[in-house]
Amino acid sequence: MSTAVEAPRRRIVASPSGWAVWGSVVIFMLLVAGVVCSVLVNSFGTRWFGTWLPQGFTTRWYAEAWRDFGLFQVIVVTLEVAVAVVVLSVLIGVPASYVLARRTFPGKKLVYFAFLLPIMMPPITYGIPLATVLYKFHLAGNLSGVILANLVPCVPFVILTMTPFIEQIDPTIERAARMSGARTLSVFTRILAPLLVPGILASCILVLVRTVGMFELTFLTAGPDSNTLVVALFNSMNAAGIRAQQSVDSMAVIYMTVMLVLLVVALRFVNPTQLVAQVREEPEP
Amino acid sequence: MSAQAAHPGLSRRHRLAERGIDGQLLLLVPAVVFVIGLFIYPFLYGLGLSFQPAKGGGPFADYQRFFTDAFQRDTIWKTLRLSIPAALFNVLASVPIAYRMRGRFRGKRLVTTLLVIPITLGTVLTAEGLINFLGPAGWFNRILKTLHLREDPLGLINNYWGVFFSLVITGFPFAFLLILSYLSGIDPTLERAAATLGASARQRFRQITLPLLAPGLATTFCLTFVLAFSVFPSAILVGNPTGSTRVLSIAAYQAAYEQYDYPFASTIAMIMGAVELIVLGFVLLWRSRFYVGSTGGKG
Amino acid sequence: MTQQNARFEELRLDGVGRQFGGQDALQDLNLTIRAGEFIALLGPSGCGKSTALNCLAGLLPLTAGSIWQDQTRVDTLPPERRGFGMVFQNYALFPHMSVRKNIAFGLQMRHLPKADITRRTDEAIRLVQLEEHASKLPGQLSGGQQQRVAIARAVVLEPSLVLMDEPLSNLDAKLRLEMRTEIRRLHQSLGLTTVYVTHDQEEALSLADRLVVLRKGRVQQVGTPEELHTTPANWHVADFMGFRNLLQADVVEVRRDGVVVDTGGLRLVGTPVGAVAQGDRVVAAVRPTEFEISEPGAPDGIRAVVEVVEYQGREQAAEARTETGGRLHLRTDRRLAPGDAVSLSVPTDRLLLYPMGDEAPPSSSPILGETSGAGAAPALAGRG
Repeated sequence: MSTAVEAPRRRIVASPSGWAVWGSVVIFMLLVAGVVCSVLVNSFGTRWFGTWLPQGFTTRWYAEAWRDFGLFQVIVVTLEVAVAVVVLSVLIGVPASYVLARRTFPGKKLVYFAFLLPIMMPPITYGIPLATVLYKFHLAGNLSGVILANLVPCVPFVILTMTPFIEQIDPTIERAARMSGARTLSVFTRILAPLLVPGILASCILVLVRTVGMFELTFLTAGPDSNTLVVALFNSMNAAGIRAQQSVDSMAVIYMTVMLVLLVVALRFVNPTQLVAQVREEPEP
Repeated sequence: MSAQAAHPGLSRRHRLAERGIDGQLLLLVPAVVFVIGLFIYPFLYGLGLSFQPAKGGGPFADYQRFFTDAFQRDTIWKTLRLSIPAALFNVLASVPIAYRMRGRFRGKRLVTTLLVIPITLGTVLTAEGLINFLGPAGWFNRILKTLHLREDPLGLINNYWGVFFSLVITGFPFAFLLILSYLSGIDPTLERAAATLGASARQRFRQITLPLLAPGLATTFCLTFVLAFSVFPSAILVGNPTGSTRVLSIAAYQAAYEQYDYPFASTIAMIMGAVELIVLGFVLLWRSRFYVGSTGGKG
Repeated sequence: MTQQNARFEELRLDGVGRQFGGQDALQDLNLTIRAGEFIALLGPSGCGKSTALNCLAGLLPLTAGSIWQDQTRVDTLPPERRGFGMVFQNYALFPHMSVRKNIAFGLQMRHLPKADITRRTDEAIRLVQLEEHASKLPGQLSGGQQQRVAIARAVVLEPSLVLMDEPLSNLDAKLRLEMRTEIRRLHQSLGLTTVYVTHDQEEALSLADRLVVLRKGRVQQVGTPEELHTTPANWHVADFMGFRNLLQADVVEVRRDGVVVDTGGLRLVGTPVGAVAQGDRVVAAVRPTEFEISEPGAPDGIRAVVEVVEYQGREQAAEARTETGGRLHLRTDRRLAPGDAVSLSVPTDRLLLYPMGDEAPPSSSPILGETSGAGAAPALAGRG
């Protein structure tokens, strides 16, 4: 009959399976940390063989890498490619997503499937024929080829991101705007565009991150002076006998820094899951 | 009737609009042109090339060449041997962890952010790191030695395992985040209802959550498999590109850029696409047996 | 897995409370439920009624108090061991299972013999008249049909307590009335103890043996429908029970045959509920139906002009404005028209006077010409 406050029995959190789960997550993170840190540490080491840490620390590898790999030029190229791909894929993709989100028309499923394919195919599978075609038209081996090739997975990506986004904007507000007398252009600029901005921003960021990290397509279509950072890194790793491992690792660290900066910028606009869950369920017919 | 006669053009436009075709569809045109020009046309061109072998011998000669040469044919098996276990591992390992983490808890944003890092860093950097970390003189083997678990270093790079780890590091977070979002898309009141009906935690998982999650698992497997199947730089950098990890992409690349045999390269690319589609087909068939409708929740 | 399934004589909630991050969603709920009773938890949104239900179900742990089934303590049991059935607001039907499998689920969890499961499932399906739909998936059913599946699923286990969380709120008005009768009929034929959460006072009055009115986590009154309808314990409960006219007034004189109050110059005589003294600020509550309407010119009447009239069949609902600017809600079978001048009076025993407490009633145009200010002491509204 007492009304004393008793602590209720809470569900047990520290069960064995709970520990196993958290344990595996921690082990995974440690693995990743180990991988990243070994690159980082090595890039600052003078010589490192057979000991826990390098014998000494220096930053000369960075200067060397910067010079030897022409990293400034490479970074410039990377940014040019990324920005061009972002702008083009948004220009092409957003209007298409609007139509896909709002309208039904004969053949819609086919069109949607066609946009889905480039993401489902391994880049090498369509990259090699694409590179062959681009070379035939003398578009490969330079910046335009790289941009065109990188567009292939990015336009569908923008479409797949923007279409659900537009779908969730209530279509009746467009009708409401029309009832208030707005013509199509006004509806677009004053009602639709402001609502689309967050989605477009998110798409831009995601495309940016994706393109900077995209290896295969650039690898197949780039010429010697249109390599992006990731391809330059691969090339130096592949030819590792010539360059010092530390030099390569410095370049890797520079690449890592660029990516992490992009990630930090990206996370201000999107949440981590969106970076990954681009391709969700196919839309219901 | 008279309106039709007076404005014949208008009625045709209306008829088309009834079926959903009007000026707005023009917005689709750039994207469609893009897909056709940069994807479908090269694909068809490659397909055509694959039937025109450089060395002659009929349209299927290059295909025959591929399947009769063990060195080439084995690439299919090697690729599947890497991609299917890696994808399976990524998906199956994600399920219990995502199940624990569904709903809200304090560190969720931090954990998801940390998990996104390997995906962003990408396969090339991961490969470089793995060479350092898992190498014979790297920290991993050092730790094993210090803990007296092993005297000799484990051979974990320049072979199958190096590539496998690379696929897990970049693939697991991807699978995990996808499955986490699928789990969040299941209405939480369903589990509560099952609890009031007497279902224990294990029964709730097996009878309610798992059947509703299965379609999402299939989709995640497909996407993770595509990523793993496309493995290329890690197979070269941290694998054994002439031996156990000579995957289809390497074969295709070599044919194109080392032997300059573009038809053969296209053949291999087509075969690669076909193998992937077959695997995806099986998985999607399996998926169709489940309830794939709305599961409530926020999705 | 053992489950509490024995019938109980009484279910007792002792000082049950639940805090969310420092806020009290539910405080000091004391209630004894007898076997077979139909209890309604009633109140506006945020009052804690759903919290109370979830605490009963075991889906929310208590932060204070305990729950006893006869002599056994149950609040330490997880929901799967309490043996209570629950109908959720969104039905929570398992979308991948047919109607039959949904209903059979709980029986399967108990590992009953297959023949029993089939028999009882069939009975439940017949009970809610869904024989034709037994093999369909929930997505193929209408809202009302889904509702019935949810109910069947909860009662097929013959639980010692059935919990219902606003089960009718997602249905349209006509269906809601039909289902209300269904629920009443089920309760009469099965006799299962039920706790029913709703914000609709009409629903609560028609279904319940006893009502518990909650506000901001605290119990305002517990009683039979008649008790709550005729003598609400405080003006919040009165507001909920349909006393649409709530006027701020000051006590002028306390007499033996009634208390005289002054509201914006008008003198009214009413019956106090609780202690009132001269000079107190009170809330005068009147039902729209209790006004006696006569031609203007009657002595001691409130002079008012009808502004808005709503046709409601045999009766009309009307809003009239008094000389002092206040609005009164009327309900009468007299035919009124906008612009009519009328004289209103209300019998003393139908004008209830409540201490105002810590909150003034919202008035769209305050009788006294002031905005609702802070009351006297922050006294809590009386408990029933």
